[in-house]
Amino acid sequence: MEKIVEIDMIKSKKYKDKAGFRKRNNAMLKNINAEKLIETILLLSAAAFILVIVLITLFIFAKGVPLVMQVGIDDFLFNSDWRPMKGAFGIWAMFVGSLTVTFSSMLWAVPLGIITAVFMAEIAPPVIGRWLGRLIELLAGIPSVVYGFIGLIVIVPFIREVLGGNGLSVLAGAIILGIMILPTIINIARDAIMAVPQEYKESSLALGATHYQTIARVIIPAARSGIITAVVLGMGRAIGETMAVVMVTGNSTVIPENILSPVRTMTSNIVLEMGYAAGDHQAALFATGMVLFIFIVCLNLMVTISAKAGRK
Amino acid sequence: MENHIKIKSRNMEVYYQDFQALHGINMDIKEHKVTALIGPSGCGKSTYLRTLNRLNELIEGTTINGQVYLDGISIYDKDVDVVKLRKRVGMVFQKPSVFPMSIYDNVAYGPRIHGIKNKSRLDEIVEKSLKAANLWNEMGNRLNSPAARMSGGQQQRLVIARVLAVNPEVILMDEPASALDPISTSKLEELIGELKKNYTIVIVTHNMQQAARVSDFTGFFLNGYLIEFNRTNELFLNPVVKKTEDYITGRFG
Amino acid sequence: MMANNWQDRVATAIFWLSALFIVAILAGIIGYIIIKGISSINLDFILQPPSKAGREGGISTTIVSTGYLTLMSLLIAVPIGAGSAIYLEEYARSKNRFARLVNLTSETLAGIPSIIFGLFGFVFFVLFLEMGWSILSGSMTLAIMILPTITRTSQEAISAVPYEYRDNSLALGASKWQTVWKVILPSSLPGIITGIILSIGRAVGETAALILTAGSSLGMPLSPADPARTMSVHLYVLVAEGISMERAFGTAFLIVVLIMIINYFANLSLSKIAKSMR
Repeated sequence: MEKIVEIDMIKSKKYKDKAGFRKRNNAMLKNINAEKLIETILLLSAAAFILVIVLITLFIFAKGVPLVMQVGIDDFLFNSDWRPMKGAFGIWAMFVGSLTVTFSSMLWAVPLGIITAVFMAEIAPPVIGRWLGRLIELLAGIPSVVYGFIGLIVIVPFIREVLGGNGLSVLAGAIILGIMILPTIINIARDAIMAVPQEYKESSLALGATHYQTIARVIIPAARSGIITAVVLGMGRAIGETMAVVMVTGNSTVIPENILSPVRTMTSNIVLEMGYAAGDHQAALFATGMVLFIFIVCLNLMVTISAKAGRK
Repeated sequence: MENHIKIKSRNMEVYYQDFQALHGINMDIKEHKVTALIGPSGCGKSTYLRTLNRLNELIEGTTINGQVYLDGISIYDKDVDVVKLRKRVGMVFQKPSVFPMSIYDNVAYGPRIHGIKNKSRLDEIVEKSLKAANLWNEMGNRLNSPAARMSGGQQQRLVIARVLAVNPEVILMDEPASALDPISTSKLEELIGELKKNYTIVIVTHNMQQAARVSDFTGFFLNGYLIEFNRTNELFLNPVVKKTEDYITGRFG
Repeated sequence: MMANNWQDRVATAIFWLSALFIVAILAGIIGYIIIKGISSINLDFILQPPSKAGREGGISTTIVSTGYLTLMSLLIAVPIGAGSAIYLEEYARSKNRFARLVNLTSETLAGIPSIIFGLFGFVFFVLFLEMGWSILSGSMTLAIMILPTITRTSQEAISAVPYEYRDNSLALGASKWQTVWKVILPSSLPGIITGIILSIGRAVGETAALILTAGSSLGMPLSPADPARTMSVHLYVLVAEGISMERAFGTAFLIVVLIMIINYFANLSLSKIAKSMR
């Protein structure tokens, strides 16, 4: 039963003479290769992230800070007199406008989003959950300008006819923005609910709790930090949204009186006036962006840090 | 060169963070022999195996002291290129891990890495390696099918063929049969018997019968120490140390 | 899930109605755009350049501009994004402070709204680097915006590659880069492609950042230094300036169909990943 191994990889003869021996071992010595260079290139591409964030911060602040100093933080932030041609740069109305539209959109999108997230994670049959997930991805993929367009030709006339006013309003913004932040809220909240350990659920059910009692008393509290993250990131998304809002909210620079009043957000302000702004006016728009930037980076950092803390 | 010592290790110590996994291991591994490393899990046998091709370096927080010589050259010397070392010292792992490519590309992976581009030369290497791994008869006409479709035993022999294709001198095997069924295992053991004519083999196994069947020398590890190292017959029939005797007679596991 | 009392029944109804409501919103938006837009679509609309500020003619130049900007931004962002993902997953040790900082930066970047990127692109590329309103400024800005998506999806794909592949490849004498290039990247390709597809979706829909960096010229962009108007920006201008509702519907139709196709392919490549993990 002797098999001859057909292979010419036999090396024993190579050890017969000392010289050949040494040659083979020398072949083990290092030569300088491209590995180090490649690692450096990869390191530099990762470093690009830090470079980019530093540049963004630097350039926006460099444009914005001098103007805020010139106007005074107080007058810039808390004065609602925005008449750039006359040198009045108070963004209070826009600041309040951004918050108003954002919170009104969250008022309906947050509960609906969380309920849908629970539905997808806990109640829907898996096939339906999967399909719903795909549809929500699609909802997230629709560009904001399309939402703005729909808002302008469907929602705004509807409000005008049913509730009065000219329709371009806080309400129109809140409806469109709410739709736009739903995917963010649903996806993150669903992931958080799905991450709740199965044992929690089982031990509650084993105690005789119904499925809904278990959802309300065990699953949602256990997923609380993830759900809060979902809400905060949804808020970030809403406050930073530009195109859809600018198309449906009427953009007047006064503090809105009610949900049917027109309103201008900080983001709208930038996109509306950037095209023709120059000098101090342009700087004031950068300063508006700076306020938005600080607001959103703080929100994100809060989420990141609390997520890190939650993991430990 | 019947008794040429292929690998010599002196005072090998390995630390994972603060945990000392190996205590001063000295071992002489003879060329063209099968050396088995046995011992209970966590005894350091796999850790020791991985010092022989410097694979422990990949684990973060590992400290390695001591020396390993391959044909008299210290492999931990800072001038040694670890890539070239691993070309000479091949390794087969516990879980057969074929790359998500065709059978041919799996075997040709190593030679291509080492710069062989000539198609007929590659064909030749693939054929020889598969034949040497006793896989040619089964798979010779299916070289282009995905390797992942083979059975576990075939995958493990493919992994061996892949190692043979880079023309190593030493083959390290880390419990190569632990994921295989008995028939695949006996095919693998048969293969090891054939391979030792041309290669020096070091095999880690938790199966003492397997060690007794395939190896010429056996080392018994316990708690990071090499307790006893001897010809396999001697070690199994006349163990010198009491702990070795206890282990091979199954008094602890 | 037996609804055996009225509370349970109400709860069940609320859950199902919420989900249905969301499906209805989506169906409403897509259905509306498709029904109102399809009549505007013909070959001329796609192949003819716009005339009279978009009041007449087609939208060919904006389609070309969209493709041009998307392609350029991918050319910039994919190597950098995939490169950083490889660095973070394969080269940086896990406790590396630099890697943690990059990850944090990437997350922060992903949360920044497009108008901020637009401001930055305007002040940095358009003004500071004197690139003007151009394809170049626009695609650099877009590249920064899609960088986090590409990096994150690539990171996930790379970290899902079985650990044994690395051990085996290195034990065969492959260098680290050879292992990455020949085993890890091919295995994680579906994930990287998903990232690229998602980024294309983002690029197609982006408006605010591009108005500020690529301008809104309706001409056919030839060199990267030319200004350009993408389909999304065109839609905005048509609507905001009340130029042509019919053409706005046609443009919105094309955008929505494009997004649906992109979404389909992203899902396809996601399920391919799921399959290869099995």
